[in-house]
Amino acid sequence: MNFTFSEEQLMAADTARQILADMCSPPQLRAQMAKCEARDAARWQALTDSGLAAILAPEAAGGMGLDAIDFVQIAEACGYAALPEPLVEHAGVAVPLLAATGHETPLLMDAATGKATIAVGHPINPFVADADTATALLMHHADQVYLLDAAEASLTHEPSIDPFRRLFRVDWTPVSANIIADAATGKLLWDDALDRAALFTAAQCLGLAQRSVHLAVDYAKGRNQFGKPIGSYQAVKHLLANVQVKIEFSRPVIHAAAAQFEHRNAHTRARISHAKLVASEVADLAARTSIQVHGAMGYSWEVDVHFFLKRALALTYAWGNPALHRARVAERVFRYPLGPEHTFSRKNLYV
Amino acid sequence: MDLSYTAEQQAFRAEVRAWLQAHVPSEPLEHFDASRAGFEAHRAWERTLNEGSWGMVTWPKDYGGRGVDLITWLIFEEEYYRSGAPGRVNQNGIFLLGPTLMEFGTPEQKQRFLPPMAAGEEIWAQAWSEPQAGSDLAAVRSTATLEGDHYVLNGHKIWSSRAVFADWAFGLFRAPGSERHKGLSLIFFKLDAPGVTVNPIAKIDGHVGFAEIFLQEVRVPVFNRLGDEGQGWNVCMATAGFERGLMLRSPARYQVAASQLVELYKRHEDTVDPSLRAEVVRAWMGAEAYALSIYSTASRLIRGGSIGAESSTNKIFWSELDIALHQTALAILGSRAELLPQAPHAGDVGDWLGDYIFALAGPIYAGSNEIQRNIIAERLLGLPR
Repeated sequence: MNFTFSEEQLMAADTARQILADMCSPPQLRAQMAKCEARDAARWQALTDSGLAAILAPEAAGGMGLDAIDFVQIAEACGYAALPEPLVEHAGVAVPLLAATGHETPLLMDAATGKATIAVGHPINPFVADADTATALLMHHADQVYLLDAAEASLTHEPSIDPFRRLFRVDWTPVSANIIADAATGKLLWDDALDRAALFTAAQCLGLAQRSVHLAVDYAKGRNQFGKPIGSYQAVKHLLANVQVKIEFSRPVIHAAAAQFEHRNAHTRARISHAKLVASEVADLAARTSIQVHGAMGYSWEVDVHFFLKRALALTYAWGNPALHRARVAERVFRYPLGPEHTFSRKNLYV
Repeated sequence: MDLSYTAEQQAFRAEVRAWLQAHVPSEPLEHFDASRAGFEAHRAWERTLNEGSWGMVTWPKDYGGRGVDLITWLIFEEEYYRSGAPGRVNQNGIFLLGPTLMEFGTPEQKQRFLPPMAAGEEIWAQAWSEPQAGSDLAAVRSTATLEGDHYVLNGHKIWSSRAVFADWAFGLFRAPGSERHKGLSLIFFKLDAPGVTVNPIAKIDGHVGFAEIFLQEVRVPVFNRLGDEGQGWNVCMATAGFERGLMLRSPARYQVAASQLVELYKRHEDTVDPSLRAEVVRAWMGAEAYALSIYSTASRLIRGGSIGAESSTNKIFWSELDIALHQTALAILGSRAELLPQAPHAGDVGDWLGDYIFALAGPIYAGSNEIQRNIIAERLLGLPR
């Protein structure tokens, strides 16, 4: 029993955080928004050059062949920065999905280096994120997995309140030549993709929440009213402390879900859903609390909190809404053994 | 990261489970705050535990423990709560004072106080608060005047848990004329010493769970001071965050309660408001989150890490979880929620009501949740005082 990250995992997360701190600051986000650019090429290059897209790719495709636990803190860092580029969905969801089909394609190698990006049309989501910048799309039809060249899809932009989220309705024609997994395999792979995506979405939400709190803390230290920083008043302190408590008790759930991802049973699925539920709730609460602490400034376009509010809103309903995830937790609670000796999944139980 | 138990840890769990199955009293004991008889029945249970070397498993063998790490302690607690064993009457000793003694005590003090603590031969009360010193603990006024190799204690302590029936108490006393955090010493005194008067105070449930203590010219040897003279504040604070923050409330307590809540819901599913199902699931998630957090902290501590303001986030989380969980149980019981267990038609109301009333104290004791929020805001988030 060891509930701590390895040195390598901590270092990889530090690398991601450092790149994002340098290259994904709110002024840089605003500049990108002003230019209406879907992607900051230099930032994507820096992230992928450091191997972050290769973590979950198989070694045969030039990847590192690592597990969810090795990527979970990277996803958290992406949330903290409200990263516009699709590192999480591409490297965390699409790459393992394509790899799991066993389909031999040079695309996988390009995906691991970040030269190519892959968007995912999962049955749980009505729209496909970042389909416009994708090289290829993984689409579902009758449980099968299809691999499409971007040119084979017709895209309709569906504007989101999140200025950095690029959603598209994808019109395409399923042709058998594009099938890379049949319905029986595909069903398992789509379920697996949902689990991985929900987990990494939870991690992003945790990052969003912490960033909203940090923005509020910075503001509350510098903003004076009645002759003192507003952060010295208990009314403000307690608002933020309450959010921080919820952050602290979301984090180990996300990490445990990542660590036991490979068990793929009712217990680990419930843990992932638990993580998604509480992390999206705290991301929303943190953003709203941060706006409240900023006062009228918080309601302005000029202050950065709204980026985190909007991303939290989008991610709350992406990859399974709260009702779906509550039902998955309830499934575990009402059907499988409970109690303190069942805190951690055991591989062949709960199936 | 490896979230599986080792063969050794599994064997330990099996050993604890077997021992508890053979020894846990079949009938629940009367509450230790309810009467002298209830208190002594719990003392006898502590003796039984100690005979199996289960008094405090993390302590060194020389002091009555088994010298195991915090993960193993968590396994012990899981089995303990799962078995429905009696509450730990000496929790002020084993969970609060014990770890502090381990860190600051001299070898002679450890040898004198720890083994009888593990054995339940000496049961401890805490004596932190005073009428004018609650959340503002540094406002204590009780004094310790050094006279040769003795201190003479004078003052008035209040809200002292277990003081009505316990043998010993520990509290902060200041050198005459000293102010605030300076000049404080952590001192032990016997509750039946000449000059000590204990007046029971009934809790909200009617049990005499705490007391006020008057100290008039009470002589205690200098040996009863823990840590250096005048360093009492630092002694209290240095360990406040450490094992105390971890051990005050075992996650297993809430996981067992959450499992029982699920069973209660299943029994009443046909008749209760279906929205309660979501509350049951939420209570289970809360208990799991708390357990995972404690495992994470314990793993870090074993590897040389330290615990800081987490003991404050822990306290807020478990105290709020405890109330929400029991409120859900009462909502399931509905119009029978108010019934005491002895009511002729109480049915399966069990201990939910009593445990709910106990949970209401959670946000207050061991530092009110408002104080904990200040600590989180200032030490974890860096907001100004």
